[in-house]
Amino acid sequence: MNFINQVIQGAMLGGFYALSACGLSFLFGVMRIINLAHGSLAILAAFLMVSLLNASNLSNILGDYGYLAPFIGLLVILPVMALIGWALQYLVLDRSLRAGPLIPVLSTFGVSIILDNGMFEAYGANSQSLGPAIGDLAYNSWSLTDTLTIGQLDALIFATAVIVLCGMQWLLAKTAIGRTIRATAEEPGVVELIGINPRLVFAVCAAIAVALTGLAGVALAMRTSFDPYAGGPLLIFAFETVVIGGIGSLWGTLIGGIVLGVAQNIGAEISPGGFLIAGHLTFLVILIFRTFGVLPKLSALTSRRAAA
Amino acid sequence: MSILSVETLESRHGLLVAVRGVSLSLNEGETLALVGANGAGKTTLLRSIAGAHKPVRGRIMFDGQDVTAMPAHRRVGLGIALVPEGRRLFAGMTVEENLRVAGAHGRKGVWNLDAVLAAFPQLKPKLKARAGDLSGGQQQATAIGRALMTNPRLLLLDEVSLGLSPLAVDQVYDSLRGLMSGGTTIILVEQDLARALSVATRIACMLEGAVVLEGAAARLSRDDITQAYFGLNRAAEPA
Repeated sequence: MNFINQVIQGAMLGGFYALSACGLSFLFGVMRIINLAHGSLAILAAFLMVSLLNASNLSNILGDYGYLAPFIGLLVILPVMALIGWALQYLVLDRSLRAGPLIPVLSTFGVSIILDNGMFEAYGANSQSLGPAIGDLAYNSWSLTDTLTIGQLDALIFATAVIVLCGMQWLLAKTAIGRTIRATAEEPGVVELIGINPRLVFAVCAAIAVALTGLAGVALAMRTSFDPYAGGPLLIFAFETVVIGGIGSLWGTLIGGIVLGVAQNIGAEISPGGFLIAGHLTFLVILIFRTFGVLPKLSALTSRRAAA
Repeated sequence: MSILSVETLESRHGLLVAVRGVSLSLNEGETLALVGANGAGKTTLLRSIAGAHKPVRGRIMFDGQDVTAMPAHRRVGLGIALVPEGRRLFAGMTVEENLRVAGAHGRKGVWNLDAVLAAFPQLKPKLKARAGDLSGGQQQATAIGRALMTNPRLLLLDEVSLGLSPLAVDQVYDSLRGLMSGGTTIILVEQDLARALSVATRIACMLEGAVVLEGAAARLSRDDITQAYFGLNRAAEPA
């Protein structure tokens, strides 16, 4: 029974990983950029939320509904993160892309260092959490059986991940904006011949991606504590999620998150120190299998690009 | 009044001068065929007119407006569309999506999905197929259809018959004849001289980046063009 419980808790954790990976996966799928500032941007959103709640006193104003304050705060934080993504595209990504595929990796790494240390300067080294701000929701749970419980916040984050992924899938597959984004992702040098400004499309995509990253950062801050250097681990888990699930595939991102979360929890069940190592080992094994073509997706993607 | 006038245009690829001092002008409704050997600068000239290649000197006027510095995506809004060499479709998207995405960003006008399908009936059964899975002729029809969806006043066609079966080339040219009689201004690059002569109202022959012969198609003989094509008249001049 304990084993089943670990699998279920792992899957719920996977929902959080999937949410963390959305922005990273989307930006890579469209612009072929690995955004190493992904984790730091998520933590930035968490700190901005803390500042916003402190400055606005929103929790007290809402009285009995004070636990909703961080959710209402998203109405401010997400647009702000979108603006940051927009600026990131024009100031950093666009310029670095022109210098070749490796430069964006270096420049976003630089952005992450600036953000981490900037947040350290501004907020200090203390751990913070949005857990207290959401009241009972932080620890309330539903009991399925005597031994099986599901945390309400975990369920909320899992549902958010599914909704975000469904929404992204729908946007890309069914809407005019989605067609424009897919066309630009496929042939950035050709879309200008049919009236599309590829830099503008990339800016919109970066805005969407960084807003989603901000959502992940706020989710992290609600379920646990964070400090200015918490971006690194978030980036690693998000990256592993993307690779396990298949690069550029949104549904794969959900599956990747669940596989990673379940592996970590089973690892922790086997040995108290097994949480991280089981996750990393799973990632490495899948990476090796993908590289040797046992799982076809990645190799199919690379060979198609090579043929084009 | 001319719809397009190119004035002493020079375009380079690094140190290589691909287009050297080309001037030409085109009236509305004309069809100009650009002929010349590989590397004569035809593609670079078309790409410069479309805005996909930045010229180093000279001026491009479209409908009385200087568009030399205008980015390609804004020229589409004025009515310049290029069907690029090699078709360059969005291979992972369906034919319908390829057409619709162009229709959403170009000029408004008579061309829409139905009009394109009427001009290229071979695309009708393929609307939901991935563009990358089509035959060469169907891909070329999609590429031309995609350009038409932006409602161009000037259509630039780069090597539309390249790599197609003779039958597919006939199909594409049949559809083009419809366009030309409809009044669309066209510049086409074509390796097949007989085909170029059969559809064009004017011919310009390029050699090593320059236009060496230009005139009404009816007034130029095949021999004139062949000589210009190979630079024979120039070789005859004293050194």
